[in-house]
Amino acid sequence: MNWLDIGALEDIPRQGARVVKTAQGCVAVFRTAADEVFAVDDRCPHKGGPLSEGIVHGNAVTCPLHTWVFSLKTGLAQGADDGAIATYPARVEAGRVLLDASRLARRAAA
Amino acid sequence: MTEKLVIIGAGMASGRVIEHLIEADPAAYDITLFNAEARGNYNRIMLSPVLSGEKIYADIVTHDADWYAANGVTTRFGAHVTKIDRGRKVVVSGGVDTPYDRLIIATGSAPFIIPVSGKDLPGVVTYRDLDDTNKMIAAAKPGAKAVVIGGGLLGLEAAAGLQLRGMDVTVIHIMGHLMERQLDPAAGYLLQRTLEARGIRVHCKGATKAILGDGRVEAVALEDGTIYGADLVVMAVGIRPEVRLANDAHLEVGRGITVGDQMQTSDPSIYAVGECIEHNKQLFGLVAPLYDQAKVLAKGLIGEDSAFRPVQTATKLKVTGCDLFSAGDFADAPGREDIVFRDPGRGIYKRLVLEGDKLVGAVMYGDTADGNWFFGLIKDATNVTPMRDTLIFGPAFQGGAQADPMAAVAALPPSAEICGCNGVCKGRIVEAIGGGAVTLDLVKAQTKASGSCGSCTGLVEQVLAVTLGDSFQRATSQPMCKCTDHTHEDVRRFIKAGAMKSIPAVMQELAWKTVGGCASCRPALNYYLLADWPLGYTDDRQSRFVNERNHANIQKDGTYSVVPRMWGGVTTPAELRAIADAADKYAVPMVKVTGGQRIDLLGVRKQDLPAIWADLNAAGMVSGHAYSKGLRTVKTCVGTEFCRFGTQDSTGLGIKLEKLLWGSWAPAKVKLGVSGCPRNCAEATCKDVGIVCVDSGYEISVAGAAGMDVKETELLCKVASEAEVMEVVAAFIQLYRENARYLHRIYKWVAKVGLDWCQEQVADPVVRRALYDRFMVSQSVYQTDPWAEHARPSARASWGVMADLALEAAE
Ligand code: SRM
Ligand SMILES: Cc1cc2nc3c(=O)[nH]c(=O)nc-3n(C[C@H](O)[C@H](O)[C@H](O)COP(=O)(O)OP(=O)(O)OC[C@H]3O[C@@H](n4cnc5c(N)ncnc54)[C@H](O)[C@@H]3O)c2cc1C
Ligand code: SF4
Ligand code: FES
Repeated sequence: MNWLDIGALEDIPRQGARVVKTAQGCVAVFRTAADEVFAVDDRCPHKGGPLSEGIVHGNAVTCPLHTWVFSLKTGLAQGADDGAIATYPARVEAGRVLLDASRLARRAAA
Repeated sequence: MTEKLVIIGAGMASGRVIEHLIEADPAAYDITLFNAEARGNYNRIMLSPVLSGEKIYADIVTHDADWYAANGVTTRFGAHVTKIDRGRKVVVSGGVDTPYDRLIIATGSAPFIIPVSGKDLPGVVTYRDLDDTNKMIAAAKPGAKAVVIGGGLLGLEAAAGLQLRGMDVTVIHIMGHLMERQLDPAAGYLLQRTLEARGIRVHCKGATKAILGDGRVEAVALEDGTIYGADLVVMAVGIRPEVRLANDAHLEVGRGITVGDQMQTSDPSIYAVGECIEHNKQLFGLVAPLYDQAKVLAKGLIGEDSAFRPVQTATKLKVTGCDLFSAGDFADAPGREDIVFRDPGRGIYKRLVLEGDKLVGAVMYGDTADGNWFFGLIKDATNVTPMRDTLIFGPAFQGGAQADPMAAVAALPPSAEICGCNGVCKGRIVEAIGGGAVTLDLVKAQTKASGSCGSCTGLVEQVLAVTLGDSFQRATSQPMCKCTDHTHEDVRRFIKAGAMKSIPAVMQELAWKTVGGCASCRPALNYYLLADWPLGYTDDRQSRFVNERNHANIQKDGTYSVVPRMWGGVTTPAELRAIADAADKYAVPMVKVTGGQRIDLLGVRKQDLPAIWADLNAAGMVSGHAYSKGLRTVKTCVGTEFCRFGTQDSTGLGIKLEKLLWGSWAPAKVKLGVSGCPRNCAEATCKDVGIVCVDSGYEISVAGAAGMDVKETELLCKVASEAEVMEVVAAFIQLYRENARYLHRIYKWVAKVGLDWCQEQVADPVVRRALYDRFMVSQSVYQTDPWAEHARPSARASWGVMADLALEAAE
């Protein structure tokens, strides 16, 4: 693993997200009400909605365009909808948010 | 010729008589209905939830103007009948005679007023009708002091309601324990403890000596020397039958108007029904027997035989959180035995009174689920000896059945009474369900079960569930979302009544089923909280939909549209230049004139939003909230300024209104139009609020629609000056903000609460001013330009990406 410091936890609003640019496209880094962080693709598989702008509830996010709901843990669409988003390892250490760049690079290579 | 039936009093009893009569033979009589109150029939027993704020008047109306019209009932509301002239067979009201062939007196009761000095001071009220209730609501300023004289059913419901509205409440009761007619001392004590725990002071054995005050009530003095300060005194010490008309007409009157088994008085063409009567020396104070009387009387009027036989009644207190039930006779007497169950930890007390092998009385506090079962045993005089050992544990324990929540209902025999008010037994409900009444509403419509005080609603639903099995869904009360079983309306009431001030508090108190809610309930809760507590609640940005969080409208490709305000649709060359410059500078793909008389910049990238806002702000423009559940546009026409037909300055008024209202969040978007004359070039008559100027002033109409539904507005009122327009419109929008459910446009909300109700609210100068003042308090917080706040240089960083790993990831 290649953990990269992308910024302070405080930079992400609680129950919100910020976007990190990668060569493969944007990744949304979410912070939940319980201060857990999750990184997922910022592109809804339905019609490309920016998931980082969705409402965060529990460990899930609702897409702002047509309200599909995704689990941030598994990346799977919830309920009747069918689809998934890629998830990336992310963690918080001493108030800093770390992302696993090797995974992003691997995906970039694939 | 059809016989003339005149009815004095549109109360709970006469309402039922008319219903039964019309159901049996709509053409039998030509009915005229008088009522001293300026309104028709409503569910009087639900005044307490209105007082506490858990319901509004519109929720408890049982017969509205349309109903009377559709059924050919001539109504004389607000008309006090002052005389019955039996010789000429007429009743007199306002000096006008109305002839009758048959007459029904249904005047109910009058509250008893203790004859102490100060009883007539302003601020002393009784508790009988909507006017009393409104007086109390108006007096209920948080922190103000209320003294309720009387610790019976009415007094305690008043006390609880006033306390929920934030008053400091003291109950003075003359007896040793509360509700002594329905409760034994132990249950009375538990009730007192519950009330005290919520902050209501209870003074038992207190005799009122005088009400003190100079020009207005200030305090209540008791015989024992105690003095309680009071801004409001509610006298709820009992009622006496309203018999004055009958006395004057020399009908036979005891304590009430004397009637026989067919409800006839001593004059064969005059009947009496309801609380004003006396039957076999007995008076009545609960609705169940009145409904039986109404049935008997209606049958008699169409020539069918039947006789009134009073049945036992049971009592419940409609105070949320105080669960008590009492039925039958529980006085100590020789030959009687008690079975008592106490669980002090859970505050549960149950007492059954047995005489021989029969149950004669039951009192319960804390857990009343089995009340109706015990009540059934009392009424049927069932021999309870075989189940005496387990009797107190209720029906679920009879015959070794499991204690599952439905078992109690499943175990009830068909004859068990479910709805006490309307005397509806389980068998009748099951029969109705069998006939297709598969929802609560249908059961209510066909059997009247749960139609009055509503305390049996849960039981009726359980009967539905037991009878229909899995196919029953509690469809009538559509919950807000899957996170809760409560409806939007209930949640709004709970937030107000329980003074809940944060989303986590609401979710905790109302037992939300999910962690953190969902994208549907969170924006609604955030709105309800900020609308109800503009000063105490902080807007939760993360609970807002993307457009309201980013103050621009998201497009299908993730870019945004930006619409600055253009007050009343009027712009200047300087503003147009600034818009053109911004469009150039940020390479805006499309500039479009909107349907709302302003200009839309479409396709702006998120990271450019703060900068484009800053540029527009610099030219004097603020957010047009084209994305918000709040005030959008005020469309105007040119009016007297330029148009040869204009009657008033519609452009100027539109701008003033937009400047008054902008920034206020609402349940859904709000659009206004102001036209200078009835040619209506601003299309005001299809807006949420539309103003049409005329020579004599301004016609304010509301509840129009021109989106998915198209509907013309309806007249709210007509006023003479611009200042009045501003006050009425702000008050009306505040009424909407405080009462509607989230996402309901004004026309949907008005259809629910009724235009009449809205008119009443804004017509009353005190209510209107209070609404206006509350609107302005909210504006003191929310009328700020969100663009300016987010365009601050310090806030800008958060609009861009958090990190750029594009290079690293590619390496
Ligand atoms: C820009 C505009 C169309 C235009 O190019 O003229 C527009 C654009 C949108 N309208 Fe509209 N409406 C616009 C005037 C209207 C009008 C006409 C009017 O205001 O006089 C109506 C009919 C009146 C009314 O409000 O009902 C209208 C009825 C709707 C509706 C149906 C609402 C309803 O309750 O039936 C929606 C859907 C909704 O709100 O849920 C809607 C929703 C939308 C949304 C917000 C859809 C969305 O969620 O993305 C569109 C946003 C496009 C954008 O990003 O700007 N728009 N929309 C107009 C902006 C006016 C303004 O200056 O603020
Ligand atoms: C706050 C409150 C809570 C209650 N809770 C319960 C409860 O939970 N359960 C229960 O069973 N009962 C309850 N009651 C009692 C119940 O409301 C009454 O038993 C019932 O309303 C009596 O019906 P009625 O038709 O006899 O009289 P009312 O409903 O009082 O109607 C009489 C009408 O006649 C009008 N009137 C009187 N004189 C004249 C005149 N001369 N000319 C024209 N009109 C006239 C009055 O204005 C009134 O509108 C409650 C009562 C109140 C006030
Ligand atoms: S009518 Fe309104 S909502 Fe529909 S496409 Fe046009 S702008 Fe969008
Ligand atoms: S783009 Fe996400 S739900 Fe349609």
